[in-house]
Amino acid sequence: MHELSLLENVRDILEEHAVTQNFSKVTQVTLEIGKLSCVEPEALRFGFDVVMKDSLAENATLLISELDGLGLCQQCHREMQMKTLYEPCIHCGHAFVRITQGAEMKVKDLVVI
Amino acid sequence: MCGICGCSQTNQTTKLKPVVKQNQHLLTSAHGHAGHAHDHHENERLIQVEQNLLNKNNSYAAQNRAYFKQHQIFTLNLVSSPGAGKTTLLVETIKRLKDRFPITVIEGDQQTERDADRIRATGVQALQINTGRACHLDAHGIGHAIRELDVKDHSLLAIENVGNLVCPSSFDLGEALKVVVLSVTEGDDKPIKYPDMFHAADLMLLNKTDLLPYVDFDVEQCIRYARQVNPDIEIIKLSSTKGDNFSTWTDWLTERLSALP
Ligand SMILES: Nc1nc2c(ncn2[C@@H]2O[C@H](COP(=O)(O)OP(=O)(O)OP(=O)(O)O)[C@@H](O)[C@H]2O)c(=O)[nH]1
Ligand SMILES: [Mg+2]
Ligand SMILES: [Zn+2]
Repeated sequence: MHELSLLENVRDILEEHAVTQNFSKVTQVTLEIGKLSCVEPEALRFGFDVVMKDSLAENATLLISELDGLGLCQQCHREMQMKTLYEPCIHCGHAFVRITQGAEMKVKDLVVI
Repeated sequence: MCGICGCSQTNQTTKLKPVVKQNQHLLTSAHGHAGHAHDHHENERLIQVEQNLLNKNNSYAAQNRAYFKQHQIFTLNLVSSPGAGKTTLLVETIKRLKDRFPITVIEGDQQTERDADRIRATGVQALQINTGRACHLDAHGIGHAIRELDVKDHSLLAIENVGNLVCPSSFDLGEALKVVVLSVTEGDDKPIKYPDMFHAADLMLLNKTDLLPYVDFDVEQCIRYARQVNPDIEIIKLSSTKGDNFSTWTDWLTERLSALP
């Protein structure tokens, strides 16, 4: 359960920001999770309340913004949708397409008091 | 409080909270996941964070890497699915190389000291990290381990990660190279089923080749799959119990250890 340790990182990030940005409670957390990131949004939702219990984000709402996979062909330089990390270019067949979007896993923003 | 990184824990298991039972969780999660179930407080404000979830791990990994560089410690992160033969491979490697280089091992398992005990039986120093619920080692735990151990300068540090082909690929430990061990009993399609791990690895050790006559495993197909997700991956076929081709691996290691300045 990789997602649980990622959620512990989320909690750490909130606690650090609470000090630097001076807040004591988080009511909403928005995560940005790319579809190619090997993180399962359902598992994050499932673990969120457990990991945030007794923290400043107890009972906070979790919003997950999922980003589609996009890639740029390293040969023909055209953009394409990516369903997995390793797909040949749909335009020219070149084997290596660089991921430009979809690998994200980050805390985007917070609503705090 | 830890004097090195300022954390309040002594090992990575202490930060883990007890897991709440599934049905208990479902009851408590009935609130606001739909979006706007909470009352809005008038002092609420929005804060942009834009911070990667792995930032913290990555910064500990960078500290570890700097330490390894300073002390000329060649560090390997060994990953595989459970039972591919990581500990067996390490024990055999130690037997063959321990008179030439100092070797230290960090063992990651969810439970037990068994693997560290197997390593200690060879006479080298080993530290066991029990990750408990976590399915991978992280750079913070490794940072503590290397300060607890007496890792010699100009030496080999082998980190055996928790048996798992998914999660450890995301967590940099500060190692020089990632080595994925795949055994021939697992199926030749593993590289495309777990592409993240094979993509992240520098070297693939195809282990248990002594069992090839008994299993349906197409070595060439497996190598094609591995190169499909990682064209630069190096591959060595060997048997850790029978010793077939094992010296190709120890030569590979010796070459890199001898190159330490
Ligand atoms: N036939 C054969 N068996 C092997 C070989 N290498 C390891 N084994 C056997 O595979 C089993 C698992 O080996 P381990 O070394 O414990 O595997 P591991 O990857 O460390 O396992 P975990 O730490 O539990 O993930 C043991 O029974 C080993 O004897 C090999 O080259 N050939
Ligand atoms: Mg082992
Ligand atoms: Zn193309």
